[in-house]
Amino acid sequence: MVDAYFVGVAILTIGTSIVALESKELIYGAIALAISMLGIAGFFLLLDAQFVAMFQITVYVGAVAVLVIFTVMLVRTQDLFSAKDDKARKVGGIILALVTMGGIGAIFIVSGISNPMFGNLESTPIDVKEIGKSMLTYYSPALIVLGLTLAGAVIGALALARREGLLKENESTN
Amino acid sequence: MNQLIDFVIISIALFSIGIYGLVVKRNAIRMIFSIEIIANAANLNLVAFSRHVHNVEGQVFALFSIAIAAAEVAVALGIIIIAYRLYKQIDVHEFRSLKG
Repeated sequence: MVDAYFVGVAILTIGTSIVALESKELIYGAIALAISMLGIAGFFLLLDAQFVAMFQITVYVGAVAVLVIFTVMLVRTQDLFSAKDDKARKVGGIILALVTMGGIGAIFIVSGISNPMFGNLESTPIDVKEIGKSMLTYYSPALIVLGLTLAGAVIGALALARREGLLKENESTN
Repeated sequence: MNQLIDFVIISIALFSIGIYGLVVKRNAIRMIFSIEIIANAANLNLVAFSRHVHNVEGQVFALFSIAIAAAEVAVALGIIIIAYRLYKQIDVHEFRSLKG
């Protein structure tokens, strides 16, 4: 059986992720997405993964949500969001989502993991020390590549968003 | 006590919501929201299995996945700002020059 905390976090997460996609104003959608990320962090806490939960809050709620909100503010114009979704497309999307949910859900429910005996929560939760140890020994090449990827992505994003016209305009005015 | 299947069902629900958003929405920023929701569903699955099978790899992969998702969002939002500057809108149906 699930407890009340689980039900609350589940309703919060799924409800806010629907709001993120369906809200009229894009900025409210961005805030709802941030709350949905917080709900996922709550699930991580429920799974005794405190380090991943803190990482999730730092990266998603702290960085990604703020980035998205800034972008929404940058691109906001009046007639931008008036485009209505196609009705037939919307119905098709809902049917596709339900089929996906039913199909994968049916597979998981008939599979062995729905057995309450699968896995044991009574085992001790994973220690942060173990995560750090495996990250710095076996996964240390992956960690280095990850750092390079992040640096490359940030530099690439900066190079993309740079205004190339500005330099030429300044030169021509001088 | 919460079973593994409960977390997997939540993850499937989030994944389906993300699929719906990717199919229906035409706004590029909303498509990014959908991708983020799908990535979060995957992370939830990783951590849930890691807890129930008692394996540290699940959490390590979830950490890597979160970091990669941050890089992906930075690049995607840069592309959206460029496209907005070129086309003055963020409707993906109007980004015609990207068609083959």
